[in-house]
Amino acid sequence: MAIQRDEVRRIAGLARLEIREEELDRIAAELSSVLDYAGALKRLDLAGCEPLSFAPPAAALRADEPDGRCLTAEQALAMAPEAEGGFFLVPPVIEGQDP
Amino acid sequence: MAHEAVIGLECHIQLRTRGKMFCGCPAEFGAPPDTNVCPVCLGLPGALPRANRAAVEAALRLGLALGCAIREESVFARKHYFYPDSPKNYQITQYDRPLCAGGSLPVGEAGGERRYDLERLHLEEDTGKSSHPVRAGDRAFSLVDFNRAGVPLLELVTQPVFREPAECAAFLAALRRLVRWLGVSDGDMEKGQLRCDANVSLRPAGAAALGVKTELKNLNSIRGVERGLAAEIARQRLLLEGGGVVGQATLSYDVEHDRLAVMRSKEDAHDYRYFPEPDLPVLRVVGAVLEAARAGLPELPWTRAARLVGRYGLSAHDASVLCEQRELADYYEACAAVADERLAANWVMTEVLRVLHERAGSIGEFAARVPAVRLGGLVARVAAKEIPGPLAKQVFGWMLDEEGGVDELLARHGVRAMGAATDLRPLVLEVLGEHAAAVAQVLAGSSRTLDFLVGQVMKKSRGQAAPQVVRELLETEFARRAAGESPPRAPRGGP
Ligand SMILES: [Zn+2]
Repeated sequence: MAIQRDEVRRIAGLARLEIREEELDRIAAELSSVLDYAGALKRLDLAGCEPLSFAPPAAALRADEPDGRCLTAEQALAMAPEAEGGFFLVPPVIEGQDP
Repeated sequence: MAHEAVIGLECHIQLRTRGKMFCGCPAEFGAPPDTNVCPVCLGLPGALPRANRAAVEAALRLGLALGCAIREESVFARKHYFYPDSPKNYQITQYDRPLCAGGSLPVGEAGGERRYDLERLHLEEDTGKSSHPVRAGDRAFSLVDFNRAGVPLLELVTQPVFREPAECAAFLAALRRLVRWLGVSDGDMEKGQLRCDANVSLRPAGAAALGVKTELKNLNSIRGVERGLAAEIARQRLLLEGGGVVGQATLSYDVEHDRLAVMRSKEDAHDYRYFPEPDLPVLRVVGAVLEAARAGLPELPWTRAARLVGRYGLSAHDASVLCEQRELADYYEACAAVADERLAANWVMTEVLRVLHERAGSIGEFAARVPAVRLGGLVARVAAKEIPGPLAKQVFGWMLDEEGGVDELLARHGVRAMGAATDLRPLVLEVLGEHAAAVAQVLAGSSRTLDFLVGQVMKKSRGQAAPQVVRELLETEFARRAAGESPPRAPRGGP
């Protein structure tokens, strides 16, 4: 399945990635080969196979108990590009405009 | 051309659990910023989410109460978007296989409810909380607290079944009552525990096809829902009636200034790229879990209101008022078990609710002070005409701040209820002796003069007599005189 340059632009936009014009063809080819690789699964005859079943429900659910494994604010904020007064500092959350 | 509005609601219900949806951080409100966070809820690499059992059980409880179909195997999905309050750049939610589907919520008084159909109810996680933009010099930024990120939420989506803003407000009030009734959420809209977005479109009245819809976000009070929708409907109506078109958009409503603002227009509509959350197994609700949830459901508010009507002979309105809170309905029924049922309803609705309102207290706090049997004891004495209404209200006032039963309170305050005829008969005769002219008028058939004499006896009893009893004593006395019997002598004075 061939991915087109426009699709690469769109996917990059959704993922907030900056892709240079000269990279588009290479990435389109790479994404296409990834999809082709996954597409091989479609050729398998899976009739009668149950979908992958995960752990039993008892193990899958967590008891409603705080587990005391929180980070400290210092630890959490150490990962932030910027912090202030215990808060993460982020680009301004957009306000609305008149309709 | 007349247009009608078509409205659908999306409500977010913050669940009352101890921990978050997929990690062991406390879900409490009001901790210092960014202290209830961990690798899972911050989306750090390698962290593995696990769903909170209590959140799943709460979802089942609400789903069953609403009559939803419960999906035995539901799937968590990632919804991708970039926003500063989302630490992972995706939200774990449910998409094409939600836990609950269909169902409806009855809204309105007992017997006259209208059911509003639902589309779905699913589990997801909350976002962090961002401040309004702060400006410092030439920079603008927001501050984010991730304590709320990952707190369990239920999203409830209705069908586009509403036509009027007032219906939406009533729906939201009924939903708030239900989540509190079931104990799944505190449902406080001011604290963001219950939030509401609305989809609104207008179409020519009677048309089947839907018009272009806008999404109205952050309607965070019942008043905000009603007024925001009214504002948006008015805006769309003006556009359409002026020959214009409505553009797809997401708007926010500021209830303080009654103002709509565009947050996004169609050009940047989101593509959320949903896919199944690879870190979480299919959520499997086995029969035993479902049965346990069903068995744990309390009698639902609308069923209970109907029962109060049938069992105690209350009006639909009164039953609905009493079923506004589960604890209030419990209190009423405990009271009605020991006293006249309708009189108990009056007392709970007028006196108890008045006190709750004046003291801004909860029914639980009130019941700790005045248990239902204690109030019931007072109401029973009123019903038996042993204590007149005005005195009973005084006793009720004492009950709020003092210990003791009705008789103890009366004794402590030096008041004797003049309920019994033997107490009141001397007063009746005294009044008859003092008002010979009035007596003659009553004997001539004036019922208004009888009222006057009742008032005189009440005055002499300093409000402690039961008016019913006084009236009956007077009537007996007049019947005797009309039959020609000679009046017994009054204890003091007399004709
Ligand atoms: Zn956490």
